[in-house]
Amino acid sequence: MVEMRYEAPESLDAAVALLAGSKGEARVLAGGTDLLVQLRADMIEPALVVDVKRIKELCQIKAEKGGFRVGAAVSGAVLNEHPKFKTVWPGVAEAFDLIGSTQIQGRASMGGNLCNASPAADSVPALIAAEAIATVVGPKGSRDVPVEKIVTGPGKTSLKKGEIVASFLFPARPKHSSDAYLRFIPRTEMDIAVVGVGVSLTLDGKGVCTAARVSLGAVAPTPLLVADAAKALIGTTLDDDAMAALAKAASAACNPIDDKRGTIEYRIKVAGVLARRTAQIALERAREN
Amino acid sequence: MSKTHVSTTINGDPVEFLCEPEQTLLDVLRDELYLTGSKEGCASGDCGACSVMLDGRLVCSCLVLGPELNGRTVETIEGMATGDQLHPLQQKFLEHAALQCGICTPGFLVAAKALLEKNPDPTETEVRYWLAGNLCRCTGYDKIIRAVLDTASEMRGS
Amino acid sequence: MSQALKLDDKAQELKWVGTRPVRPDGVDKVTGRAKFGADFNVPGMLTGKVLRSPHPHALIKSIDTSKAEALPGVKAVITRDDMQDMASEFVPAGEMLVNYRDMVRNVMAREKSLYDGHAVAAVAATNAAVALKALKLIKVEYEPLPHVIDVLEAMKPDAPLLHDDMITEGVEPKPSKASNVSKRVEFGLGDVAAGFDKADVIIERAFDTKPVHQGYIEPHACVASYTEDGQAELWCSTQGHFVVRTHCARMLGMDVSKIRVTASEIGGGFGGKTVVYLEPLALALSRKSGAPVKMVMSRDEVFRATGPTSGAHVWVKVGATKDGRITAAEAELKYQAGAFQGSPVQPGCMCAFAPYDLENVKVVGYDVVTNRPKVAAYRAPGGPISEYGVECVIDELARKLDLDPVEFRLQNAAKEGTHAAYGPKFGPIGLVETLDAVKSHDHYKTKLGPNQGRGVASGFWFNIGGETCVALNINEDGSATLMAGTPDIGGSRASLALMAAETLGIDYDKVRPIIGDTSSLGYTFLTGGSRATFSSGMATVEAAQEAIRELCVRAAKIWEIPEDAVVWEDGHAKPAGKNAGDFEPMSLADIAKMAGKTGGPIVGYTKINAQGAAPSFGTHLVDVEVDKELGRVTVVRYTVVQDAGKAVHPAYVEGQFQGGAVQGIGWALNEEYVYGKDGRMQNPGFLDYRIPVASDVPMIDTVIVEVPNPRHPYGVRGVGETPIIPPMAAIANAVADALGIRFSELPMSPPKVLKAIEAANGAGD
Repeated sequence: MVEMRYEAPESLDAAVALLAGSKGEARVLAGGTDLLVQLRADMIEPALVVDVKRIKELCQIKAEKGGFRVGAAVSGAVLNEHPKFKTVWPGVAEAFDLIGSTQIQGRASMGGNLCNASPAADSVPALIAAEAIATVVGPKGSRDVPVEKIVTGPGKTSLKKGEIVASFLFPARPKHSSDAYLRFIPRTEMDIAVVGVGVSLTLDGKGVCTAARVSLGAVAPTPLLVADAAKALIGTTLDDDAMAALAKAASAACNPIDDKRGTIEYRIKVAGVLARRTAQIALERAREN
Repeated sequence: MSKTHVSTTINGDPVEFLCEPEQTLLDVLRDELYLTGSKEGCASGDCGACSVMLDGRLVCSCLVLGPELNGRTVETIEGMATGDQLHPLQQKFLEHAALQCGICTPGFLVAAKALLEKNPDPTETEVRYWLAGNLCRCTGYDKIIRAVLDTASEMRGS
Repeated sequence: MSQALKLDDKAQELKWVGTRPVRPDGVDKVTGRAKFGADFNVPGMLTGKVLRSPHPHALIKSIDTSKAEALPGVKAVITRDDMQDMASEFVPAGEMLVNYRDMVRNVMAREKSLYDGHAVAAVAATNAAVALKALKLIKVEYEPLPHVIDVLEAMKPDAPLLHDDMITEGVEPKPSKASNVSKRVEFGLGDVAAGFDKADVIIERAFDTKPVHQGYIEPHACVASYTEDGQAELWCSTQGHFVVRTHCARMLGMDVSKIRVTASEIGGGFGGKTVVYLEPLALALSRKSGAPVKMVMSRDEVFRATGPTSGAHVWVKVGATKDGRITAAEAELKYQAGAFQGSPVQPGCMCAFAPYDLENVKVVGYDVVTNRPKVAAYRAPGGPISEYGVECVIDELARKLDLDPVEFRLQNAAKEGTHAAYGPKFGPIGLVETLDAVKSHDHYKTKLGPNQGRGVASGFWFNIGGETCVALNINEDGSATLMAGTPDIGGSRASLALMAAETLGIDYDKVRPIIGDTSSLGYTFLTGGSRATFSSGMATVEAAQEAIRELCVRAAKIWEIPEDAVVWEDGHAKPAGKNAGDFEPMSLADIAKMAGKTGGPIVGYTKINAQGAAPSFGTHLVDVEVDKELGRVTVVRYTVVQDAGKAVHPAYVEGQFQGGAVQGIGWALNEEYVYGKDGRMQNPGFLDYRIPVASDVPMIDTVIVEVPNPRHPYGVRGVGETPIIPPMAAIANAVADALGIRFSELPMSPPKVLKAIEAANGAGD
């Protein structure tokens, strides 16, 4: 049995050094809402747990280049209280807000939700749709990675030993832009997403969609960025035909499994329905911006 | 296994304890400090019976590691009443019969207190969604929701 | 013998019974002070943990505990070798029967592992970490066998056999081969074939339900201390500490008097804590280690290794004339018992058609073992399953006859004097009153919105009485201490205090009710069968009456008048009339103060086998809304109407209605045990075993109907179980109303609903 060590560094450099230098398995602890569950279930046996919540830049939300830089350890509760973030990125905010209960929100972090790499993570499709960039810091320095390139499989990321996601950059928003996120769960709360859809779009002055990104969660081994779904919307006013094409493309992109949360057939159907509904909400919000 | 020494504040009192790195805050409260008011219903953050306030945030204590507590403050159900004065929520829960077996009650009280401190005038829907992380199997939630709404109204009025 | 206090509300205004004061044990519960099973600690205590089999069906060839025993900090390890085998013997456990031979094997596997989660060994160590480490060092050699988890599969002739000596009882001629069917039961009246001949319309349907767990938030927990003189103390979370005492004494080969069991506060039971799991193991570990041992289950263990209720296959056939009179009703119930015999198929059979006045009824039931945890009672055990099928068919029949479903039920409703299919003639009952109340309720008249549907269903549960003791001590200052033996799982202490206060004529606040331990009180059967308020209440009233008689005797002594010249009124002893003498009334406190001088302590002590438990009928009305693109069903309005006889504390009666209804909502829409092909449970946690959360349900409106039970001093009927019976059918009927599609499988989860909607649309093209 591996003896676990707990460290709470106060700088990013110290955290990286601990992670890079660890002899056994090392895990990052932000909110702990996945890590502690896995520890308790004996799914992991790390030799080292690095608590990153005492590192200032991981816990801040700052304006940057007309957009926002959100620290990877910022909790859902804190993000929700930021006066501006959710007006600019309501989709990302609502996606993050859907993770677990109020208690979970008090701890859950964007970095943790991404790097836990569950195919059903709620914030990730919204991050991908938003074109968020993850800043990864490691022993060799820092690099910027589009969020969709971080998750490589269930429970797996492209991070190398010693690397940690430090923050997320959300770009400046053009006029008439907004986003939305919807998920399907059997109850009204407390469930893992059966299907999750994030849509971000920009309209021109006449209401025609000039840019769009559509991302699906829980319907494949990793969250998906569905180019065909975006294509169905770009150049249209999101009329019925465009929405039907969107739904079709969303369903076609699915590669889901049968499990205790949903069947293949069901997920494919629901992906199409939710894609339409999510795009509709994003559209209405974009029109108001 | 070497234990970590932790200095923290619990219900306003300075507290020191030793714990293994894997012990959760819930384990520490119940097994080291004998504050058994916070309950273990699932140990995986799904039931809310272990709810406490950590640095002013509502959290599941089963999902916090003991060593994280250094320099932080915790508020548990044991700190909710003041002397022999019950908090209005505690009083209303009793008046509304908002508990049957009572195992979920500490978690609900801590969570409801956090809600009313943030939002003194919640709608029924807001109350239900805020408390969705607190499971109750006995009451069907009805009287709990009524007690919280009634308390909110009373606290606004007085 | 219960001297029924004639309850005539016009003549006698009740002061306490029927009011809503704060419960006497409430403050401890809202401050976190109340001690539940896992909250108790003793110095020098060890922590016990259980090793559980991962195999749904396997021979246990050998168990090597040597490495575990050698681990520093481990003080005892037990296996089947440490548990005495027991012969077959049935004993009551709540409303079900358990068998000792099966019980000892369920608590610790002997020849075989019969389900994923079956206990095979246990360890007591200085702390939890060491105990868990020790479990990993125990080597068990298994020989996996084919397994079967589906009830219909288990009944097939070539199914894997769980018990090779299981010969089906109740079948003529007796089978020569063993099978997984432990028994067949049959109930009936009249001639169903002739009855169906008379019917103009017949509806016949089959239904499938899945096992669902009681879902109490508090996992099983106990602390056991076995000392060198062969005595033991046990603290545990249970619905019946006297029953725990009996089982543990038998399993450990001890005199009953040598085990003292204290019932902690209990964090939910619903029937699931009427049996033992950890307690015999904790005692055995304590005996072996010489130290107290604390054992607490994890949530995973609760789901995998403690009784859910049965999953079942239910077939129902009902026929009626075109003007709405039911002429015949038949059902066949196949219930899973889990790894050992004893599903609640018998009460399921008995309840199935109980709400109806029928001449021709036949119900047949089969109890079938499967490689799943042994089922335990779950709130009206067996009833919700059979009545779900029946109430769906009744609804379909009503629609086919173009009759309002409430009217149809009224036309065929059981009343006082109806001969129930399972045997007795009903005394006064309140089914008709609940149906009338639904009809006149605002909910029934409110218009539905788009995609909404409305459903109604009725339900019945017998309720039980049973062995009950109560001690009522009149203290020297006029206050009273009431000791009952039925653990308080829902607020019954308040009701007992109300009845004591009412009968004695003193303030509610002057009565302190406690639950005594097994050494302090005579044998009291467990809290279950909706019996606590009824039985302990009846015993409380009798004890109070005994105390009153003695108080009058003391007054007579003081006044030097004959005993029969004293009456008790409003909490005072008074001369019976002018002729008795001109004495000032003496309060209970006045007399109590002089108890020592007038003869000694004043106590009422009742020991009864409470008779006269009367059934409770209920009717539920529910509105649902269906998202047709996603298949999600949302309950938007819910009303429970139920006959309580007399609601002693209306808020706690309402609480039973609401809690049972929401459990039923979960059962109808989302709850189920999910198993893989490997026979292992896939959702042993609250994340994927989906019980309703606060945002899933609306307010649950309640109407308490009171048709008093003439055999209880205050007219009480048990109410705790009936509320879980109607919801599944009421919701299924509401969904049918919304979609025009009938579901015959529970839960009605979104993938199933969406699939059915699309199939119906496809068929319509």
